[in-house]
Amino acid sequence: MIHLLSILFLAIDGNAQMGAGIGAGLSAIGAGIGIGLIGNGALNSIARQPEAMGDIRTNMFITAALVEGVALFGIVVCVLVLFLK
Amino acid sequence: MFYLCSLLKRHTSFKFLMIRRLISKLLGTLILIWAVFTSPVMASPDQNPQSENENAPEQFDAGKMILEHIGDNHEWHFFDIKKSDGSEFHAVIYLPVIIYTSGKGFSSFSFRKLQNDETYDGFKLDEEGNITRTDGRNFYDISLTKNVIQLLLAALLMMFVFISVARSYKKIGTSKAPKGIQSVVEVIVIFIRDEVAKPMLGARANKMLPYLLTVFFFIWINNLIGLIPGAANVTGNIAVTATLALLTFILMMVGSKKDYWIHMIKQPGVPGWVLPMLVPIEFISNIIVKPFALMIRLFANMLAGHLIILSFMSIIFVFAAMSVAAGLGASLFSVAFSIFIYFLELLVAALQAYIFTILTALFIGETGVTADEHH
Repeated sequence: MIHLLSILFLAIDGNAQMGAGIGAGLSAIGAGIGIGLIGNGALNSIARQPEAMGDIRTNMFITAALVEGVALFGIVVCVLVLFLK
Repeated sequence: MFYLCSLLKRHTSFKFLMIRRLISKLLGTLILIWAVFTSPVMASPDQNPQSENENAPEQFDAGKMILEHIGDNHEWHFFDIKKSDGSEFHAVIYLPVIIYTSGKGFSSFSFRKLQNDETYDGFKLDEEGNITRTDGRNFYDISLTKNVIQLLLAALLMMFVFISVARSYKKIGTSKAPKGIQSVVEVIVIFIRDEVAKPMLGARANKMLPYLLTVFFFIWINNLIGLIPGAANVTGNIAVTATLALLTFILMMVGSKKDYWIHMIKQPGVPGWVLPMLVPIEFISNIIVKPFALMIRLFANMLAGHLIILSFMSIIFVFAAMSVAAGLGASLFSVAFSIFIYFLELLVAALQAYIFTILTALFIGETGVTADEHH
Protein backbone atom coordinates (compact mmCIF):
# COMPACT_ATOMS: atom_id res chain seq x y z
CA MET A 1 0.00 0.00 0.00
CA ILE A 2 1.98 2.98 -1.27
CA HIS A 3 0.97 6.35 0.06
CA LEU A 4 -0.17 8.72 -2.69
CA LEU A 5 2.22 11.49 -1.67
CA SER A 6 5.25 9.25 -1.95
CA ILE A 7 4.28 8.57 -5.57
CA LEU A 8 4.31 12.33 -6.09
CA PHE A 9 7.74 12.70 -4.58
CA LEU A 10 9.16 9.84 -6.60
CA ALA A 11 7.65 10.78 -9.93
CA ILE A 12 8.36 14.51 -10.02
CA ASP A 13 11.90 15.80 -10.20
CA GLY A 14 11.20 19.23 -8.76
CA ASN A 15 11.52 18.31 -5.11
CA ALA A 16 14.00 21.08 -4.41
CA GLN A 17 11.74 23.74 -5.89
CA MET A 18 8.71 22.43 -4.04
CA GLY A 19 10.58 22.35 -0.76
CA ALA A 20 11.84 25.91 -1.31
CA GLY A 21 8.33 27.15 -2.05
CA ILE A 22 6.76 25.48 0.96
CA GLY A 23 9.60 26.68 3.19
CA ALA A 24 9.21 30.27 2.06
CA GLY A 25 5.48 30.13 2.71
CA LEU A 26 5.99 28.77 6.20
CA SER A 27 8.54 31.50 6.96
CA ALA A 28 6.01 34.09 5.88
CA ILE A 29 3.41 32.54 8.20
CA GLY A 30 5.87 32.71 11.08
CA ALA A 31 6.70 36.34 10.37
CA GLY A 32 3.03 37.24 10.09
CA ILE A 33 2.09 35.65 13.39
CA GLY A 34 5.11 37.10 15.18
CA ILE A 35 4.64 40.66 13.98
CA GLY A 36 0.90 40.39 14.57
CA LEU A 37 1.55 39.54 18.22
CA ILE A 38 3.96 42.46 18.51
CA GLY A 39 1.33 44.79 17.05
CA ASN A 40 -1.25 43.39 19.44
CA GLY A 41 0.92 44.13 22.46
CA ALA A 42 1.82 47.58 21.16
CA LEU A 43 -1.79 48.58 20.48
CA ASN A 44 -2.93 47.34 23.89
CA SER A 45 -0.16 49.33 25.58
CA ILE A 46 -0.98 52.47 23.64
CA ALA A 47 -4.64 52.09 24.59
CA ARG A 48 -3.76 51.81 28.26
CA GLN A 49 -1.30 54.71 28.28
CA PRO A 50 -1.62 57.03 25.28
CA GLU A 51 1.12 59.40 26.44
CA ALA A 52 3.77 56.65 26.03
CA MET A 53 2.91 56.24 22.34
CA GLY A 54 6.30 57.44 21.08
CA ASP A 55 8.32 55.02 23.22
CA ILE A 56 6.01 52.14 22.46
CA ARG A 57 6.17 52.79 18.74
CA THR A 58 9.98 52.83 18.77
CA ASN A 59 10.18 49.55 20.64
CA MET A 60 7.56 48.00 18.39
CA PHE A 61 9.65 48.75 15.30
CA ILE A 62 12.80 47.36 16.86
CA THR A 63 11.15 44.13 17.95
CA ALA A 64 9.43 43.75 14.58
CA ALA A 65 12.78 44.09 12.79
CA LEU A 66 14.27 41.38 14.99
CA VAL A 67 11.40 38.98 14.35
CA GLU A 68 11.55 39.70 10.64
CA GLY A 69 15.27 38.89 10.73
CA VAL A 70 14.50 35.41 11.97
CA ALA A 71 11.86 34.87 9.28
CA LEU A 72 14.36 35.99 6.66
CA PHE A 73 16.80 33.30 7.86
CA GLY A 74 14.26 30.82 6.53
CA ILE A 75 13.92 32.70 3.27
CA VAL A 76 17.68 32.74 2.78
CA VAL A 77 17.83 28.97 3.30
CA CYS A 78 15.07 28.50 0.71
CA VAL A 79 16.90 30.68 -1.79
CA LEU A 80 20.07 28.66 -1.17
CA VAL A 81 18.13 25.48 -1.86
CA LEU A 82 17.05 26.90 -5.20
CA PHE A 83 20.41 28.09 -6.39
CA LEU A 84 22.83 25.47 -5.13
CA LYS A 85 22.97 22.07 -6.75
CA MET B 1 5.54 83.36 -10.24
CA PHE B 2 8.36 84.83 -8.20
CA TYR B 3 7.03 88.29 -9.00
CA LEU B 4 3.68 87.23 -7.63
CA CYS B 5 5.36 85.89 -4.49
CA SER B 6 7.23 89.13 -4.01
CA LEU B 7 3.97 91.04 -4.48
CA LEU B 8 2.30 88.89 -1.88
CA LYS B 9 5.19 89.22 0.54
CA ARG B 10 4.83 92.96 0.63
CA HIS B 11 1.40 92.69 2.25
CA THR B 12 1.61 90.85 5.52
CA SER B 13 -2.10 90.75 6.16
CA PHE B 14 -3.62 87.47 7.24
CA LYS B 15 -5.35 86.77 3.92
CA PHE B 16 -2.13 86.95 1.93
CA LEU B 17 -0.33 84.82 4.46
CA MET B 18 -2.93 82.10 4.06
CA ILE B 19 -2.76 82.32 0.26
CA ARG B 20 1.03 82.03 0.33
CA ARG B 21 0.80 79.00 2.60
CA LEU B 22 -1.80 77.39 0.37
CA ILE B 23 0.30 77.94 -2.74
CA SER B 24 3.41 76.48 -1.17
CA LYS B 25 1.49 73.46 0.11
CA LEU B 26 -0.04 72.88 -3.30
CA LEU B 27 3.32 73.21 -4.99
CA GLY B 28 4.88 70.83 -2.51
CA THR B 29 2.18 68.22 -3.04
CA LEU B 30 2.46 68.47 -6.82
CA ILE B 31 6.23 68.07 -6.70
CA LEU B 32 5.89 65.06 -4.39
CA ILE B 33 3.35 63.39 -6.67
CA TRP B 34 5.54 64.04 -9.69
CA ALA B 35 8.60 62.59 -7.93
CA VAL B 36 6.67 59.57 -6.75
CA PHE B 37 5.24 58.79 -10.14
CA THR B 38 8.45 59.19 -12.09
CA SER B 39 10.61 57.04 -9.81
CA PRO B 40 9.24 53.51 -10.40
CA VAL B 41 9.39 54.04 -14.15
CA MET B 42 13.17 54.10 -13.91
CA ALA B 43 13.37 51.11 -11.61
CA SER B 44 14.47 48.78 -14.39
CA PRO B 45 16.08 51.15 -16.82
CA ASP B 46 17.56 48.56 -19.12
CA GLN B 47 14.34 46.96 -20.37
CA ASN B 48 13.92 46.96 -24.14
CA PRO B 49 10.28 47.44 -25.20
CA GLN B 50 8.72 44.06 -25.77
CA SER B 51 7.38 42.95 -29.14
CA GLU B 52 4.22 40.86 -29.13
CA ASN B 53 5.86 38.46 -31.55
CA GLU B 54 6.33 35.07 -29.92
CA ASN B 55 9.33 34.42 -32.17
CA ALA B 56 11.18 37.51 -30.93
CA PRO B 57 14.89 36.67 -30.74
CA GLU B 58 15.16 37.92 -27.13
CA GLN B 59 12.44 36.69 -24.82
CA PHE B 60 12.26 38.60 -21.58
CA ASP B 61 14.15 36.57 -19.01
CA ALA B 62 13.02 37.83 -15.62
CA GLY B 63 15.40 35.67 -13.62
CA LYS B 64 18.45 36.80 -15.55
CA MET B 65 17.50 40.47 -15.28
CA ILE B 66 16.90 40.22 -11.54
CA LEU B 67 20.14 38.36 -10.89
CA GLU B 68 22.04 40.91 -12.92
CA HIS B 69 20.60 43.74 -10.86
CA ILE B 70 21.20 42.29 -7.40
CA GLY B 71 24.57 40.75 -8.14
CA ASP B 72 28.00 42.24 -8.55
CA ASN B 73 29.36 42.97 -12.03
CA HIS B 74 32.60 44.07 -13.56
CA GLU B 75 30.70 46.62 -15.63
CA TRP B 76 28.17 49.27 -14.61
CA HIS B 77 25.22 48.67 -16.92
CA PHE B 78 22.65 51.45 -17.10
CA PHE B 79 20.36 50.72 -20.02
CA ASP B 80 20.16 49.47 -23.60
CA ILE B 81 18.47 51.34 -26.40
CA LYS B 82 17.32 49.44 -29.46
CA LYS B 83 17.72 51.75 -32.40
CA SER B 84 15.45 51.69 -35.43
CA ASP B 85 18.08 50.10 -37.65
CA GLY B 86 18.32 47.13 -35.32
CA SER B 87 21.60 47.97 -33.61
CA GLU B 88 21.70 48.42 -29.87
CA PHE B 89 23.23 51.19 -27.82
CA HIS B 90 24.54 49.95 -24.51
CA ALA B 91 25.03 52.58 -21.83
CA VAL B 92 27.75 50.78 -19.94
CA ILE B 93 30.83 51.77 -17.99
CA TYR B 94 33.49 49.06 -18.18
CA LEU B 95 35.25 48.87 -14.83
CA PRO B 96 38.90 47.94 -14.30
CA VAL B 97 39.69 44.29 -13.65
CA ILE B 98 42.60 43.78 -11.26
CA ILE B 99 43.74 40.19 -10.83
CA TYR B 100 46.68 38.63 -9.07
CA THR B 101 47.73 35.35 -10.66
CA SER B 102 49.93 33.15 -8.53
CA GLY B 103 53.21 32.94 -10.36
CA LYS B 104 52.59 35.78 -12.75
CA GLY B 105 51.81 38.80 -10.58
CA PHE B 106 49.21 41.52 -11.00
CA SER B 107 47.42 42.32 -14.20
CA SER B 108 44.90 45.10 -14.61
CA PHE B 109 42.86 45.89 -17.67
CA SER B 110 39.47 47.24 -18.59
CA PHE B 111 36.60 44.77 -18.67
CA ARG B 112 35.97 45.81 -22.25
CA LYS B 113 38.95 43.70 -23.33
CA LEU B 114 37.05 40.55 -22.38
CA GLN B 115 33.88 41.31 -24.35
CA ASN B 116 32.82 39.31 -27.40
CA ASP B 117 34.63 36.17 -26.21
CA GLU B 118 38.07 37.69 -26.53
CA THR B 119 40.99 36.47 -24.50
CA TYR B 120 43.30 38.96 -22.84
CA ASP B 121 46.44 38.13 -20.89
CA GLY B 122 45.25 34.56 -20.39
CA PHE B 123 41.81 35.53 -19.05
CA LYS B 124 38.47 35.02 -20.69
CA LEU B 125 34.80 34.87 -19.78
CA ASP B 126 33.11 31.50 -19.48
CA GLU B 127 29.46 30.77 -20.37
CA GLU B 128 28.07 32.24 -17.17
CA GLY B 129 30.09 35.43 -17.51
CA ASN B 130 32.69 34.72 -14.84
CA ILE B 131 36.37 35.34 -15.41
CA THR B 132 38.50 32.21 -15.87
CA ARG B 133 42.05 31.57 -16.90
CA THR B 134 42.87 29.61 -20.02
CA ASP B 135 45.82 27.85 -18.44
CA GLY B 136 44.07 26.89 -15.22
CA ARG B 137 46.29 28.76 -12.74
CA ASN B 138 45.00 29.99 -9.44
CA PHE B 139 44.06 33.68 -9.39
CA TYR B 140 42.64 36.21 -6.95
CA ASP B 141 40.18 38.74 -8.29
CA ILE B 142 40.51 42.06 -6.50
CA SER B 143 39.04 44.23 -9.22
CA LEU B 144 37.05 47.42 -8.84
CA THR B 145 33.59 46.02 -9.36
CA LYS B 146 30.28 47.87 -9.18
CA ASN B 147 29.90 47.30 -5.45
CA VAL B 148 33.44 48.44 -4.69
CA ILE B 149 32.97 51.67 -6.62
CA GLN B 150 29.72 52.39 -4.80
CA LEU B 151 31.34 51.62 -1.44
CA LEU B 152 34.10 54.10 -2.25
CA LEU B 153 31.57 56.71 -3.39
CA ALA B 154 29.61 56.31 -0.16
CA ALA B 155 32.83 56.59 1.83
CA LEU B 156 33.77 59.78 -0.05
CA LEU B 157 30.32 61.23 0.60
CA MET B 158 30.59 60.42 4.30
CA MET B 159 34.07 61.89 4.53
CA PHE B 160 32.96 65.05 2.79
CA VAL B 161 29.97 65.53 5.09
CA PHE B 162 31.69 64.73 8.35
CA ILE B 163 34.92 66.59 7.68
CA SER B 164 32.98 69.72 6.81
CA VAL B 165 30.86 69.33 9.94
CA ALA B 166 33.98 68.89 12.09
CA ARG B 167 35.53 71.93 10.49
CA SER B 168 32.50 74.07 11.26
CA TYR B 169 32.60 72.88 14.86
CA LYS B 170 36.21 74.01 15.06
CA LYS B 171 35.25 77.39 13.67
CA ILE B 172 32.00 77.98 15.54
CA GLY B 173 32.60 76.06 18.73
CA THR B 174 29.99 74.34 20.83
CA SER B 175 28.54 77.37 22.58
CA LYS B 176 26.82 78.81 19.51
CA ALA B 177 23.95 77.30 17.54
CA PRO B 178 24.88 74.96 14.68
CA LYS B 179 24.39 76.06 11.09
CA GLY B 180 23.62 74.15 7.93
CA ILE B 181 24.30 70.44 7.68
CA GLN B 182 25.73 70.53 11.20
CA SER B 183 22.18 70.66 12.53
CA VAL B 184 21.18 67.37 10.93
CA VAL B 185 24.36 65.50 11.74
CA GLU B 186 24.44 66.76 15.33
CA VAL B 187 20.91 65.48 16.02
CA ILE B 188 21.71 62.01 14.70
CA VAL B 189 25.08 61.76 16.44
CA ILE B 190 23.58 62.80 19.77
CA PHE B 191 20.77 60.30 19.24
CA ILE B 192 23.28 57.48 18.73
CA ARG B 193 25.37 58.63 21.68
CA ASP B 194 22.51 58.95 24.15
CA GLU B 195 20.09 56.23 23.06
CA VAL B 196 22.42 53.57 21.68
CA ALA B 197 25.92 53.89 23.08
CA LYS B 198 25.44 55.15 26.63
CA PRO B 199 22.67 52.72 27.73
CA MET B 200 24.44 49.68 26.27
CA LEU B 201 28.09 50.46 26.83
CA GLY B 202 28.16 52.68 29.90
CA ALA B 203 31.70 53.86 30.54
CA ARG B 204 33.18 52.68 27.24
CA ALA B 205 30.61 54.57 25.18
CA ASN B 206 33.00 57.28 23.98
CA LYS B 207 35.62 54.74 22.95
CA MET B 208 33.21 52.72 20.85
CA LEU B 209 31.30 55.69 19.45
CA PRO B 210 33.45 56.17 16.29
CA TYR B 211 32.82 52.60 15.18
CA LEU B 212 29.10 52.74 15.98
CA LEU B 213 28.63 56.01 14.11
CA THR B 214 30.62 54.75 11.12
CA VAL B 215 28.60 51.56 10.91
CA PHE B 216 25.29 53.40 11.26
CA PHE B 217 25.97 56.00 8.58
CA PHE B 218 27.70 53.52 6.27
CA ILE B 219 24.78 51.10 6.27
CA TRP B 220 22.18 53.85 6.01
CA ILE B 221 23.86 55.68 3.14
CA ASN B 222 24.55 52.50 1.20
CA ASN B 223 20.98 51.31 1.70
CA LEU B 224 19.64 54.61 0.40
CA ILE B 225 21.98 54.78 -2.60
CA GLY B 226 21.04 51.18 -3.44
CA LEU B 227 17.42 52.28 -3.83
CA ILE B 228 18.29 54.66 -6.67
CA PRO B 229 17.64 52.94 -10.02
CA GLY B 230 20.90 51.95 -11.61
CA ALA B 231 22.87 51.76 -8.39
CA ALA B 232 24.65 48.71 -7.03
CA ASN B 233 23.21 46.49 -4.33
CA VAL B 234 25.97 46.86 -1.74
CA THR B 235 24.40 45.93 1.59
CA GLY B 236 22.50 43.11 -0.10
CA ASN B 237 25.84 41.47 -0.81
CA ILE B 238 26.75 38.88 1.78
CA ALA B 239 30.45 39.67 1.60
CA VAL B 240 29.86 43.26 2.73
CA THR B 241 27.58 42.33 5.62
CA ALA B 242 29.93 39.49 6.58
CA THR B 243 32.76 42.00 6.88
CA LEU B 244 30.69 44.30 9.07
CA ALA B 245 29.67 41.39 11.29
CA LEU B 246 33.30 40.27 11.44
CA LEU B 247 34.36 43.71 12.65
CA THR B 248 31.69 43.54 15.34
CA PHE B 249 32.92 40.09 16.31
CA ILE B 250 36.49 41.35 16.60
CA LEU B 251 35.38 44.22 18.83
CA MET B 252 33.34 41.81 20.92
CA MET B 253 36.35 39.58 21.50
CA VAL B 254 38.90 42.35 21.99
CA GLY B 255 36.76 44.09 24.59
CA SER B 256 35.78 40.97 26.45
CA LYS B 257 36.69 40.78 30.10
CA LYS B 258 37.81 37.71 32.03
CA ASP B 259 34.69 37.84 34.19
CA TYR B 260 32.54 37.31 31.13
CA TRP B 261 34.28 34.07 30.17
CA ILE B 262 34.28 32.83 33.76
CA HIS B 263 30.57 33.59 34.04
CA MET B 264 29.84 31.54 30.94
CA ILE B 265 31.51 28.46 32.36
CA LYS B 266 30.73 28.82 36.04
CA GLN B 267 27.02 29.50 36.19
CA PRO B 268 25.75 29.74 39.76
CA GLY B 269 22.35 28.31 40.55
CA VAL B 270 22.35 25.75 37.74
CA PRO B 271 22.25 22.00 38.58
CA GLY B 272 25.45 20.23 37.63
CA TRP B 273 23.97 17.79 35.16
CA VAL B 274 22.73 20.62 32.97
CA LEU B 275 26.16 22.21 32.55
CA PRO B 276 27.53 19.93 29.77
CA MET B 277 24.51 20.89 27.69
CA LEU B 278 24.32 24.52 28.73
CA VAL B 279 27.94 25.63 28.30
CA PRO B 280 28.29 24.67 24.61
CA ILE B 281 24.90 26.21 23.88
CA GLU B 282 25.94 29.42 25.63
CA PHE B 283 29.23 29.54 23.79
CA ILE B 284 27.73 28.96 20.37
CA SER B 285 24.80 31.28 20.89
CA ASN B 286 26.86 34.17 22.21
CA ILE B 287 30.00 33.94 20.13
CA ILE B 288 28.91 32.50 16.81
CA VAL B 289 25.19 32.96 16.36
CA LYS B 290 24.94 36.62 17.35
CA PRO B 291 27.31 38.09 14.73
CA PHE B 292 26.01 35.56 12.19
CA ALA B 293 22.47 36.75 12.81
CA LEU B 294 23.61 40.37 12.36
CA MET B 295 25.04 39.49 8.96
CA ILE B 296 22.03 37.52 7.75
CA ARG B 297 19.48 40.04 9.01
CA LEU B 298 20.94 42.98 7.09
CA PHE B 299 21.69 40.92 3.98
CA ALA B 300 18.27 39.27 3.79
CA ASN B 301 16.32 42.47 4.45
CA MET B 302 18.11 44.43 1.75
CA LEU B 303 18.07 41.57 -0.74
CA ALA B 304 14.38 40.90 -0.18
CA GLY B 305 13.52 44.57 -0.75
CA HIS B 306 15.38 44.71 -4.05
CA LEU B 307 13.93 41.39 -5.15
CA ILE B 308 10.37 42.51 -4.50
CA ILE B 309 10.76 45.75 -6.43
CA LEU B 310 12.48 44.06 -9.36
CA SER B 311 9.90 41.25 -9.43
CA PHE B 312 7.04 43.70 -9.60
CA MET B 313 8.74 45.50 -12.45
CA SER B 314 9.29 42.27 -14.37
CA ILE B 315 5.64 41.30 -13.91
CA ILE B 316 4.82 44.13 -16.30
CA PHE B 317 7.06 42.74 -19.01
CA VAL B 318 6.03 39.14 -18.50
CA PHE B 319 2.41 40.17 -18.99
CA ALA B 320 3.30 42.45 -21.89
CA ALA B 321 4.77 39.48 -23.73
CA MET B 322 1.27 38.02 -23.79
CA SER B 323 -0.64 41.09 -24.95
CA VAL B 324 -0.44 44.86 -24.74
CA ALA B 325 -3.69 45.12 -22.78
CA ALA B 326 -2.46 42.66 -20.17
CA GLY B 327 0.76 44.61 -19.95
CA LEU B 328 -1.02 47.90 -19.34
CA GLY B 329 -3.31 46.41 -16.73
CA ALA B 330 -0.42 44.73 -14.98
CA SER B 331 1.61 47.93 -15.06
CA LEU B 332 -1.12 49.86 -13.21
CA PHE B 333 -1.21 47.39 -10.34
CA SER B 334 2.51 46.80 -10.38
CA VAL B 335 3.55 50.45 -10.34
CA ALA B 336 1.18 51.20 -7.46
CA PHE B 337 2.55 48.33 -5.42
CA SER B 338 6.12 49.26 -6.27
CA ILE B 339 5.54 52.79 -4.96
CA PHE B 340 4.31 51.33 -1.70
CA ILE B 341 7.29 48.99 -1.45
CA TYR B 342 9.66 51.87 -2.22
CA PHE B 343 8.29 53.84 0.72
CA LEU B 344 8.59 50.75 2.91
CA GLU B 345 12.18 50.32 1.75
CA LEU B 346 12.98 53.88 2.81
CA LEU B 347 11.83 52.95 6.31
CA VAL B 348 13.66 49.63 6.23
CA ALA B 349 16.91 51.31 5.12
CA ALA B 350 17.05 53.49 8.23
CA LEU B 351 15.62 50.82 10.52
CA GLN B 352 18.12 48.13 9.54
CA ALA B 353 21.02 50.55 10.04
CA TYR B 354 19.66 51.41 13.48
CA ILE B 355 19.10 47.74 14.40
CA PHE B 356 22.62 46.80 13.33
CA THR B 357 24.09 49.63 15.38
CA ILE B 358 22.08 48.98 18.52
CA LEU B 359 22.74 45.23 18.43
CA THR B 360 26.45 45.86 17.88
CA ALA B 361 26.49 48.14 20.91
CA LEU B 362 24.55 45.57 22.92
CA PHE B 363 26.89 42.70 22.04
CA ILE B 364 30.04 44.72 22.68
CA GLY B 365 28.58 45.85 25.98
CA GLU B 366 27.67 42.31 26.98
CA THR B 367 31.13 40.86 26.57
CA GLY B 368 32.83 43.69 28.41
CA VAL B 369 30.78 43.53 31.57
CA THR B 370 32.78 43.11 34.75
CA ALA B 371 31.50 41.33 37.85
CA ASP B 372 30.65 44.52 39.75
CA GLU B 373 28.49 45.98 36.94
CA HIS B 374 26.57 42.79 36.45
CA HIS B 375 22.82 42.98 35.90
